[in-house]
Amino acid sequence: MQLTNRSKQVSNKEMTLAEKMYLPSIAQGLAITIKHFFMKKPTIQYPEVKRYLGPVFRGHHVLKRDEQGRERCTACGLCAVACPAEAISMIAAERKKGEENLYREEKYAAVYEINMLRCIFCGLCEEACPKQAIYLRHDRMVPVFQERDGIVYGKDKLVERMDDRYVRMNSEVKATPTEPSLTKAAT
Amino acid sequence: MDLTVLLVKGLIILVIFGITLLIATYSTYAERKVAGFLQDRLGPNRAGPFGLLQPIADAGKMFFKEDFIPAQASKWLFILGPCLAMLTALMSSAVIPFGDSIRFGEYTIPMQAIEINIGVLYIFGVVSLGVYGIMVGGWASNNKFSLLGAIRAASQNISYEIALGLSLIAILMMTGSLSLRAIVEEQATFFEWNVFTQPLGFIIFLTCAFAECNRTPFDLPECETELVGGYHTEYSSMKLGFYLFAEYINMFVSSAFISSLYFGGYHYPFMNAVHDALTGSMGEITGHNIATAIGTVVFFAKIFFFIFFFMWVRWTIPRFRYDQLMNLGWKTLIPLSILNVVVTGAGLLYDIKYTTWLIVVVMVVLAVMSSARAPKSQAAPQRA
Ligand code: SF4
Ligand code: SF4
Repeated sequence: MQLTNRSKQVSNKEMTLAEKMYLPSIAQGLAITIKHFFMKKPTIQYPEVKRYLGPVFRGHHVLKRDEQGRERCTACGLCAVACPAEAISMIAAERKKGEENLYREEKYAAVYEINMLRCIFCGLCEEACPKQAIYLRHDRMVPVFQERDGIVYGKDKLVERMDDRYVRMNSEVKATPTEPSLTKAAT
Repeated sequence: MDLTVLLVKGLIILVIFGITLLIATYSTYAERKVAGFLQDRLGPNRAGPFGLLQPIADAGKMFFKEDFIPAQASKWLFILGPCLAMLTALMSSAVIPFGDSIRFGEYTIPMQAIEINIGVLYIFGVVSLGVYGIMVGGWASNNKFSLLGAIRAASQNISYEIALGLSLIAILMMTGSLSLRAIVEEQATFFEWNVFTQPLGFIIFLTCAFAECNRTPFDLPECETELVGGYHTEYSSMKLGFYLFAEYINMFVSSAFISSLYFGGYHYPFMNAVHDALTGSMGEITGHNIATAIGTVVFFAKIFFFIFFFMWVRWTIPRFRYDQLMNLGWKTLIPLSILNVVVTGAGLLYDIKYTTWLIVVVMVVLAVMSSARAPKSQAAPQRA
């Protein structure tokens, strides 16, 4: 099977005197390396400069609200079942009268927690959800942990804020992924 | 000797000591920076602006690591190893003339730690002592890989020292002195730089200098792929730091040695004109001192170029196999350097300095002929 057309047959032929002197090939090699010395470096200075990672990047989880600002999650638990890392846990509660503008369904998640140390950012929770309630944002990463407490993210960190709505289809955004102001506010 | 002269002398010694250490420190930084740039990376750039504090951070790390001595190691020799390596590395920069001379009052003080008329021999002696550091350390570790590394280092250094010495003899014959200062003074005009009169000797010397410093392509004593870490496998903390540091000091000293032996030391083209202009416009003493300073700067520029060259080669050429190393040393470099000595001697009989070009020309002709006659190698693409 031919994988590339750049492969060369190994030849064990006698080296010529010029090759035995090494110097011509050493000079050639030095010329190649010094050329790289002056080349532009492709390095991106990571924490200061961030690349746009594309619309399919799986980052920070967000519990979506609907158009009227009601939480979509109905605490069905399918995401917790789908999660291979068993990172999700929740406690369901029944919607009371007068809370219709808070929760869309009659049952909602009173507590919804994701253990970010367990989560592997596979995105299966997003796929499993029948209510389109949970998403992994493509534009924001979960920050690096410094301490052990605060690793379990509760609803305070997960539920989408009304002034910071998340839209997936926003492929013209080409800037720092952690900048919340760059995502368009609409659903 | 007068007290002031003694003071200035002591000052020069201290300054040279300090400069050697400083340059060795920043060579570690430069090495990583150069390595990065040659490999399309940026190198260290987090500690301080442009990563300039990186050597300090490294040293701090080295100091705070656990200083470990293996139970089976012979303790005092184990400690002696890095000390020897460091000591010999630091000693050798003493005889290198860094510049012409400083004048003040009626005194003239050469820019050199000690001026002895056997400078070249002194360096040779100290450099060959340097291998003891590696050998003692490798042997005392009581570890097969360290021992193998130490043996390799010893045989390699001894083999290449011969060619190194022989290639130097041609220069000594031309100068008629073992004093480094005399050798440098000999190369006052540009086309009398020894690299032009001794091209072959220069190449041999350069190769051997690489081998003596245990730098790639001759870094077999510490070759990671075969010997874990070579002679310093068992070392940690600042003892390891000393070994690594000694390598960089050696690199600095050999660069200085090469530039003073072959590249005219602190000489540069038209330096007499510059000297005359400076003494003419600023008076005898200041002008002379400034001319000396320029010469020193030029000398350091040459040194830095060679340090860079050491690194450049390191990231270009792969390591030799051990038999290739020995073949190159004994079967190529030593006969060539003997031939070099003979031809130089013959030239000196008739007062011609450039006779060694003959060898170069003959070799180039032979090489071209043999590669012309060789069957064209066809790189046939592999068939399925
Ligand atoms: S992304 Fe994967 S691991 Fe993380 S919570 Fe969702 S399903 Fe679990
Ligand atoms: S996020 Fe979706 S899948 Fe998970 S409990 Fe809520 S509605 Fe069910």
